[in-house]
This record gives sequence, C-alpha cells and structure tokens, in this order.
Amino acid sequence: MTNSRIVHHPILGRLQERGKIHFTFDDNEYIGYEGETIAAAMLANGERVLRSHEESGNLRGFYCNIGHCMECRVTVGNQKTVRACLSLIEEGMIVNSGKKLPTPFKKGETL
Amino acid sequence: MIDVFIVGAGPAGLSAANVCAKNGLKVKVVDEFMKAGGRLLGQLHEEPDGTWWNGIEEAKKLNDEAQQLKVEVDCGVSVYNIKKQNKSWKVYTTKGKFQTKALLLATGAAETAIPIPGWTLPGVMSIGAAQVMTNVHRVKVGDRGVVVGINILSAAITRELQLAGIEVSSMYLPGKNIATGDHGNPILTMKSMLKVASLAPSKLIRIGSKLMKSESLHPLALKFYPKSGIKVWGMPVHLRKAVIEIVGEKKVEGVRVAKVDLNGEPIVSTEEFIPVDFVCIAGGLYPLVELAAITGCPFQYVSELGGHVPVHSEKMKTPLEGLYVAGNITGIESAKVAMKQGTVAGYSVVQDLSNKKEAFQVQLKQAIQTVEETRNQAVIQFHPDIRTGRKKVYMSFKDKGLMKKRDFYGT
Ligand SMILES: Cc1cc2nc3c(=O)[nH]c(=O)nc-3n(C[C@H](O)[C@H](O)[C@H](O)COP(=O)(O)OP(=O)(O)OC[C@H]3O[C@@H](n4cnc5c(N)ncnc54)[C@H](O)[C@@H]3O)c2cc1C
Ligand code: FES
Repeated sequence: MTNSRIVHHPILGRLQERGKIHFTFDDNEYIGYEGETIAAAMLANGERVLRSHEESGNLRGFYCNIGHCMECRVTVGNQKTVRACLSLIEEGMIVNSGKKLPTPFKKGETL
Repeated sequence: MIDVFIVGAGPAGLSAANVCAKNGLKVKVVDEFMKAGGRLLGQLHEEPDGTWWNGIEEAKKLNDEAQQLKVEVDCGVSVYNIKKQNKSWKVYTTKGKFQTKALLLATGAAETAIPIPGWTLPGVMSIGAAQVMTNVHRVKVGDRGVVVGINILSAAITRELQLAGIEVSSMYLPGKNIATGDHGNPILTMKSMLKVASLAPSKLIRIGSKLMKSESLHPLALKFYPKSGIKVWGMPVHLRKAVIEIVGEKKVEGVRVAKVDLNGEPIVSTEEFIPVDFVCIAGGLYPLVELAAITGCPFQYVSELGGHVPVHSEKMKTPLEGLYVAGNITGIESAKVAMKQGTVAGYSVVQDLSNKKEAFQVQLKQAIQTVEETRNQAVIQFHPDIRTGRKKVYMSFKDKGLMKKRDFYGT
C-alpha cells in the first residue's frame, strides 16, 4: 500500500511529528510512531493480519477498531488476549499473533 | 470515596463530569480508549452553514475543561464488573476497584454487523473502524475500497474517507441473506435515507422527492434507478446492486457484485468482480448496554432508540438508586444531544447528593429543555421517530411506580 499515513488533511491539518517506536510482531521487526495502536502501526506497515482463528486457522484482522468485537486479540509479552486496536505500541514491545489451537476432539483430527 | 464514577469519556460522560466537578463533587472518569472524547474523536461533518464539526476539537474542549476542574480522567482502563454494596456501587476496572455513591454509565454505542460471505477476511472492517483509523490514527485503510450498507452513518463517513484521499469506488447494499435482513432491501433503504433527509445525499433526495410523494411510487423510483448508480460526491451509490461475496486468499482482493430486483434478490448472470483492498460494512448503531445489564437495571426494547435500552427517566436516572445513564446508551443520537444529556445527568447527580435538593431544580429543568432543543436542531438524526422512542422509555419509568420519592441518599 502506498503512503500509508495520512500526513496532510484538508480540515484536520498536518500530522504532527512523533518519535519512532520499535516493536516486533511474530519475530519480525517493525517501526511505528508514538501514540499508535498495535493495529494502526501494523496497518501502516502494510500488515492486515493480526491472528489466526483458534479453531479454523482462518486469518483475521481488526474489525471494529474501538474495542468491541475482540477480533484483534494478540499476545503482548506474556499477556494473552490483548486488543490490538486499544493498545499503544511501546519501545521494544514483543507482540505475537493469536494462533490456531489443537482441536483433539474434533472428528478426523489428531493431536 | 469518590462521589461520582463515570464510565465513558465521550461527550456524555465528560459533560456530566464537568457539571459535577463545577458543583464541588469528586469525580472520576474512566475510558478504555487511549484518548478522551469517545466517538466524537472520529467525527468530521460539514454543517449546513458551511462550518465543520471537528470532533477532535470538540473533544479537546470538553477534556480541557475537565482538567481545569480537576476531574480525574483515566484512559486505557476498562470496566468489567459492577456490584451493589450496601448504599454504594463497587466498580471493577483493569486498574483496580473503586467505591462510589453515584455511578453514571455513558458507554455509548456499538455497530451492528452485517455478515456476508467473506466478511471475516483481513481488510474487512466496520465503517466506524475506518473512520477512527482515518481521522484519529491517521492511517490509510487501503488504496481503494467499497462500502456495504447504505445509511446515514456510512454516507457521512464515506465522505470523510474521500476527504483524507482514500478512494471509495462505490456504496452497495449487502447481498440478501438470512443474516442481512432489511439492510439488503432496496425499498426500505431508500425510505430510511429519505427520512433522514437533512444529511442524505442531496441527489438522492431530489430524485426521491419527485417520486416519493406517494408510497405506491417508491418501487417506480427504484425501477428507474440509474444502472450506474447515483453519484454522490463523485461516487456512485447503488440501490440496485449488492455485494454478494467478499473474495480473497489471505486478505481482501475484491468483491462480487450482482444486480438485484426490487426485493433485493440477486438477478442471475449479472455478476461482476470489482478489485478492492478494503471493504467497510455499515449496519448502523445500537446502544452499548452490557454494564447496565450487570447492575440488574430493567430494560426495554425500543426500535426508535436503536435496540434494548436501560429504563430511565428524563432526568437520566434509572430505577436503581445511584445509577444514572446518558448519551447513546439511552438511544442512538448525535454527539450534541449526548453532551446535553450528560449535563442533565450531571445535575441529577448533584441534586441527589446535595442537602438542598430544591436548589438545583431550575438548572435541571433547563438542562432537560436544552436536550429537547438540541434534538430539534440536530443535523444528523439516526431515527426519524426518536421522540416517540424517548416517550416510551419515560413512560415505562413512571409506570413501574419507580418515581416514588424513596430517597436513597436522604434522611
Ligand atoms: C463507530 C461509531 C461512529 C460514529 N460516528 C458518528 C458520526 O460520525 N456522527 C455522529 O453524529 N455520531 C456518530 N456516532 C454516534 C455516537 O455514538 C455519538 O455521536 C456520540 O459520540 C455518543 O456519545 P456518548 O458519550 O454517548 O458515547 P461515546 O462517544 O461512544 O463514548 C463512550 C465511551 O465509553 C467508553 N467505554 C465503553 N464501554 C466501556 C467500558 N466497559 N470500560 C471503559 N470504557 C468504556 C468507550 O471507549 C467510549 O470512549 C458514532 C458511533 C460509533 C459507535
Ligand atoms: S478490532 Fe474490535 S476489538 Fe479490536
């Protein structure tokens, strides 16, 4: 995606300068800016996927962006089920996507 | 102990907080979003007089006043439980428990989802999500997208995306299925857009007003609906085409669109594929009421208000002592109305906690009147029969005999 941040806006004005923040998502390094959420920083880096569905493994991104739907849940450090759309990135933050879980009791599947 | 605990730093919560603080109460406001202002933050509309309603500025005004008044506004904090304890409320947050005499729930609204095949793909988001990403976080949601669902909110936000330089190729109905319901019905959609004429795309109104005079002509208006859609702000709005599937391998790659008949049923062999990298789904708003449900507050379903709402009075009091509500939790309306409702709730709290109850009678009455005036002047109306809905709830409050002067804080 081209020019992912909206620097100029006809009514809201120019996006103010902010400090850079380094973080990792699934072991890849990313750069975002102070005050950005995990979801916003990832999107600005061209990454829409935040997790795999626990059962089906289908890929998911943010949906509501304001904390209501829980679609954006990720792991931050050791903390599971963190909403990427409400959580601000911090320097050195380690983020991991939600992963598919084993379904040992499902028909036709083994551990 | 805190005098008033407020959940939600939106226009309703902050306005209430400021009234309480001005009258000497100790106020704490929490909000799970990282900035104060609630859904105001994303709003950007052109008013009929040509000025802009800039939500970020409005939110700043409210929050600056709160800071001056020493209101404690704590962002990034979620409330997940509420319990009644003797004569006070115990509020459980992600940053500790709090005890309060008065509790105001100003949690706002949430968006109704319209599930269509492919809607869980990354790149599909609610229209409000796109608004927040664009105006608050200032990150582009994509290069080119479509909006599924035609209503007052999606029309307003699509305009905001355009302002930020994001291309929205078209607005469509959602393909009719068991889950999409009335959202996929061309006639009902047209009617509801015409009812909110104050903001509805002007061209739609013009072709509408000719044919809309009599109900029996509605289908005719749609029959002659241009195949290329009606252009609003340079973008086609399609009432005779629907998105029947969102397609993509790992993320959105495009949508399958079909022409639909007057009932919204897809017409065979009219399908086309439109390449896009994002899709916004717009199913409208409903009051976010879970916390009120936890308290045991009685509820009522009122379609004009957007769904189930906690029963409350014109004074924004619920039947539960010490529990107040304000803003979109009481019904879907614009931010200006939410602010004025917050002021009412603030005065109700002040009055209930005061020893001289009569002292605030005038302010309260005036505040209630201001809500009504603001409602009458509202540019954005989510439901044309909002007043009917409001009356229904106030009636229930009275009917239940809960207006008894059994004063929780009194002697
Ligand atoms: C996505 C979206 C977009 C909208 N766009 C527009 C628009 O463009 N124009 C318009 O006129 N109206 C719009 N609205 C309607 C909007 O609800 C009102 O304009 C107005 O903001 C309502 O004010 P409020 O104070 O009642 O709630 P809000 O402004 O929604 O504020 C409620 C606050 O409560 C917080 N909250 C909720 N639950 C909890 C909890 N458990 N713990 C902690 N905090 C919590 C939320 O984070 C939020 O900040 C929109 C609504 C939504 C949901
Ligand atoms: S996207 Fe809905 S909770 Fe984060």
